[in-house]
Amino acid sequence: MKSYNFAFFDEGSKREIRRATLKAIALPGYQVPFASREMPIARGWGTGGLQLTLSLVGKDDKIKVIDQGADESVNAVNIKKLIKNTTDVEETEFTEEATLIQSRHRIPEIELREDQILVLQVPIPEPLREIEPSEYITKRLHADKEYSGIWLMLFERIMKHGSMATGADHPVLVNNRYVMAPSPIPRFDNHKLNNSKALILLGAGREKKIYAVPPYTEVQSLAFEDYPFEVENMDDKVCRLCGARGVFMDELIDEETKEKYYQCNDVSYCLQRLNNEIAN
Amino acid sequence: MYDKEQPILTIKNLRKQFGKGCTICRDLDDKNIQKNFCPVCQTVYACRDVSFELYPAEILGVVGESGSGKSTLMKCLYFDQDVTSGEAYIQGYKNSNANIFTETSQQKKYIRNHLFGMVYQNPYLGLRMNFSSVGNIAEKLIGAGSRNVGFMTGRAQELLGNVNIPIYRMKEAPKNFSGGMQQRVQIAKALSNNPPILLLDEVTTGLDLSVQANVLDLIKKIQRDLKISMLVVSHDLSVIRILADRTIVMLNGKIIEQGLTDQILEDPQHPYTQQLVHSLL
Repeated sequence: MKSYNFAFFDEGSKREIRRATLKAIALPGYQVPFASREMPIARGWGTGGLQLTLSLVGKDDKIKVIDQGADESVNAVNIKKLIKNTTDVEETEFTEEATLIQSRHRIPEIELREDQILVLQVPIPEPLREIEPSEYITKRLHADKEYSGIWLMLFERIMKHGSMATGADHPVLVNNRYVMAPSPIPRFDNHKLNNSKALILLGAGREKKIYAVPPYTEVQSLAFEDYPFEVENMDDKVCRLCGARGVFMDELIDEETKEKYYQCNDVSYCLQRLNNEIAN
Repeated sequence: MYDKEQPILTIKNLRKQFGKGCTICRDLDDKNIQKNFCPVCQTVYACRDVSFELYPAEILGVVGESGSGKSTLMKCLYFDQDVTSGEAYIQGYKNSNANIFTETSQQKKYIRNHLFGMVYQNPYLGLRMNFSSVGNIAEKLIGAGSRNVGFMTGRAQELLGNVNIPIYRMKEAPKNFSGGMQQRVQIAKALSNNPPILLLDEVTTGLDLSVQANVLDLIKKIQRDLKISMLVVSHDLSVIRILADRTIVMLNGKIIEQGLTDQILEDPQHPYTQQLVHSLL
């Protein structure tokens, strides 16, 4: 792939994306518009995250790409291949080894460090989109810190389901200013955004937005006084492979016995536990 | 709480025009513009130097033909539209000397959520039709800062009960309701924060006579019980006769006559008002 520039993009494109990224870091939770490039994968398949990764990756980086916790999914493998072919940087499956982690729908189980960057792929960056279709108006609502609509949405879910019932993408208030869609990570991962040691960047290629949670930033999940924010209860679930508890699990059905069983969603975490590389 | 001798809402020289105007219509004195639009540049002068006062616990009626500027006046007051110029003061808000039209959008939001309640002619403007009725009322409470589901649900049930929405339909979306029920949900929503001023824009238009009577009775009862000041816009003099203590008559964006409702109806001075009263069935 010598015909391609390092990290696929021309330097001007990287600079533009980095500028938007810096602005996003300066304004935690604020969605910075950027000129989303045409990528060799379809929009909606992680182009936002990929553009962030490609604009940031350096020769000394070690990259890890995961899709719903798995390193081997088609999407993750293809993104990894593109990065590898255009940069020749090292790949890893181990969270603690990676300096740059691109992820779809999950934050790894192992706590991230200050020298790591997590890039999340975002399908719909606008938390107010469900109640307000106009971009012009949502921008004004953010400017006025007018988030009644999103609270109303949560209220309606309580009326309908008896709980806030946000399976993923539960809105968060960043730095006590902007309400942000944390990409569709499960509620279980929301607390990992709060005071994260690592820089968290979120990129939406189709919607042409970049936003960020800088290290050590306060991130609160929206909750009512009498309906506190609750994460999925994983305490009583045990991984069938590694015996882990208290981590985010996939629920699976045994084809033969038709019994339910659970398995760590973060595949590399599970593998490391199986290899006794992480304390049980 | 409010000084009854002082107006709760004072409007001074409110102007609203759609279009930039031209040298011809700008140079003309307002009295010379017979219609509310300029025939040259097509600028519409929806409200022209509208000034009035609304007193605590008073119902002030605004009548006039279609296109006379009544609804535009209401929309300007509720910040749905920006005024071209003019001043408005609310008793007790920033020592009663802050022009609410020049406030920041956040302050306007505060005024909308705490000091005004609005009932639109078209319920689609005032309600979120796909959300539950309880949710619609909670929206106003959330806007005013409430974050307690129990309180909001209780308050919504109380208000919806007061406007005769059956308890088993409270979680239903207003799109499934009849026009009268939708208007009643709007009234409940407007009252949710106990606002001192209620703006009612043609609340009975499009409703059949029996439902109209119910809604009017409800408004009367609310005014009697809660002592809220109301600005009632209608083109229907019968509604004004039933509700309003005082009435202002608008024509082509201007107030042409104002006074006690009985006085306006019994002894109209302006030729248009005379025509309006005489055309009353």
